[in-house]
Amino acid sequence: MKKTVFVGTFAATALVAGLANAQSTLEQVIDRGELICGSNTGQVGFGAPDADGVWQGFDVGFCRAVAAAIFDDPMAVSFVPLTSQTRFSALASGEVDVLSRNTTWTFVRDVDLQFNFAGINYYDGQGFMVKSDLGVGSAMELDGATVCIETGTTTELNLADFFRVNGMSYEPVPVDTAAEAQQQYLAGACDVYTTDVSALASSRASFATPSDHTILPEVVSKEPLGPAVRHGDDNWYDIIKWTLMALVAAEELGVTSENVAELAEGSDVPEINRLLGVEGGFGAMLGLDNEWAARAIAAVGNYGELFANTIGDNSPIGLERGMNALFADGGMMYAMPFR
Amino acid sequence: MSSKTDPRQTASVPAKSSFTLSMLLYDQRYRSITIQIFALFVLMLGVAWLIDNVSSNLQLLGRTFGFGFLSQSAGYDINQRLIEYDSTMTHGRAALVGFLNTVVLAILGCILATVIGVVAGVLRLSSNWIVSRLVGFYVEIFRNIPTLIWILIFGAIMAEGMPAPSAFRGETPTAFMLFDAVAITNRGVFVPSILFATELGTVNLGLISPSLNWLLIIAVLLASFYAARALVSHANRVQNATGVRPTTWWKILALIFVPISVVFIALGAHLQLPELRGFNFAGGLHLRNSFIAMWLGLGIYTGAFIAEIVRGGILAISKGQTEAAYALGLQPGRTMRLVILPQALRVIIPPLISQYLNLTKNTSLGLAVGYMDLRSTLGGITINQTGRELEGMMLLMLIYLALSLTISALMNVYNNRVKLKER
Repeated sequence: MKKTVFVGTFAATALVAGLANAQSTLEQVIDRGELICGSNTGQVGFGAPDADGVWQGFDVGFCRAVAAAIFDDPMAVSFVPLTSQTRFSALASGEVDVLSRNTTWTFVRDVDLQFNFAGINYYDGQGFMVKSDLGVGSAMELDGATVCIETGTTTELNLADFFRVNGMSYEPVPVDTAAEAQQQYLAGACDVYTTDVSALASSRASFATPSDHTILPEVVSKEPLGPAVRHGDDNWYDIIKWTLMALVAAEELGVTSENVAELAEGSDVPEINRLLGVEGGFGAMLGLDNEWAARAIAAVGNYGELFANTIGDNSPIGLERGMNALFADGGMMYAMPFR
Repeated sequence: MSSKTDPRQTASVPAKSSFTLSMLLYDQRYRSITIQIFALFVLMLGVAWLIDNVSSNLQLLGRTFGFGFLSQSAGYDINQRLIEYDSTMTHGRAALVGFLNTVVLAILGCILATVIGVVAGVLRLSSNWIVSRLVGFYVEIFRNIPTLIWILIFGAIMAEGMPAPSAFRGETPTAFMLFDAVAITNRGVFVPSILFATELGTVNLGLISPSLNWLLIIAVLLASFYAARALVSHANRVQNATGVRPTTWWKILALIFVPISVVFIALGAHLQLPELRGFNFAGGLHLRNSFIAMWLGLGIYTGAFIAEIVRGGILAISKGQTEAAYALGLQPGRTMRLVILPQALRVIIPPLISQYLNLTKNTSLGLAVGYMDLRSTLGGITINQTGRELEGMMLLMLIYLALSLTISALMNVYNNRVKLKER
């Protein structure tokens, strides 16, 4: 009897595993009733639970937009906190549907690890933060410093390159998460905390006295951050990519969370009509319905609103748009045409 | 040979009957073999299914299986390295650095745990109420809280509780170096290191190139200990023959310390004291926070278990042995050293082996405090940067398995030497 049960379970597991492979990611997400989004373990402004335990932030907001596009419910997302070490295995194994966790787009990750980056939602660069009373004004004065660094990141590799190329020595203190890095840095176990400038700014904003800490002017690398999906499901990749495009296009076209409902009734601008599903039937081509983009914009706002509310002017972090301004405003954000 | 059958043989071997298939199941002689072959077959099927599943899934993901990543450039730095390494070297080299860090931590951890464990185990049996209760308190506290917590606690004490290097600076420093030689800071402990005026060079062994100076010192030390042992056994022989033990203590001290001192002086050995330079102390030996936290955490935690093993081993020796030793006029210290402990070792060694293995495997918790052991280098950063989880984890398992089996084999050799010789 026991043996029969065992064999039965075994066969059922194999069958389910086989079926799951045959399903597309979109079908799996719809069947499940929610999107599973790989998020940061806690980076205020980008992805962290708030006081009520609800995930908030810039990267989190993108996942909510995707959920709104699919389900008409921005809360139909479950967030899986991933460390920089665990994020790629989680995405590759299918544990998460999309990785939206300030991840740098690199050749090896795109080609060798077999991920597709859906675009860039934040142009970043690696910087250094030191305590102001150390009197250091430039990263070139850091010879011999002890540096806190999150392991498994591109910053770890950039750091090694930066110090080697400039003929300086340093002592790495590897840590697992941003929270631990901040704690070690505040305790003085390292002189310098290095990571993407945006994350440094968000960390500094969460410190007791932000003015005691200086972010050095040098930006030593390019860190284009964006959401990623795994290879093998081009339709799912398109959905993620064009949700991001839709948010940027909405800002370009002046569609906001406030006027989106009104504009979705129809307007004089053909591109807005195509974006919001009044003409063109673009949603159906993605396997969604035609109001997908309108719902995403209504849920989190356009790119500019999302930026301002989570990491920009309306937030304690107060990051400048800088490179992340629209192309029309001198930045690098640019949506491909909805045509 | 004659054709006549031996009567003894016919008595023991049953009459030969024809073999039928049903006997495989119903005949006791064959049934166990049948079951074992069947179990092996099922096991092999299971393994084949797993391998097939993995390879087909890899194919589905478009991934290949291979260890080529080990020869790619690593690109990351490692703070604690016993052999030469920089970020332009390969992932394989980084894994070797991590492996050596694991081994060093395991060896030093086992030594610390054994010293603490033996002392605590003996003291727990002390007739002094305060001493035995204090040790009992230590044992219960340490073995009932997970080792990871202890590692984190020691890490936090080092990072949060110790003065920063800048506290040693200035006209009125708030922190002082112990004996002007040891600096305990929140970046780790800096102790003096030994430098040589004369370098004999290094030998190139392919992967590692140890310094000839240290090899010479180790060789001289081994020779000294060997000579001292020969002297002791000579003294034993003289004592057995004549009843008078020749004085050996100063000869042993001379045998051990004179040759090594001569070598040190000949090589021009001197201490290099740590000193403040730039951001931090420089010179001397840097024991990093991560190492201290791991070493203390693992050593003291495992020491609590070893204390219980030692106590159990001593209690297993009958009280008659102690009484007999006292009757012969042996003092308590000698009774313990000459009579009780040698017998207790037989009981102590086998569980001690598992504690050593536990400690060795627990070194893989290093990532929690950023200790760059094998798990953090090969199993952490390398896997992460190259995306070779399957290969990396398999390699990791193989290396830990080999390391544990080696420790187990070495300890079993020792166990065979101390166990009761039955003749």
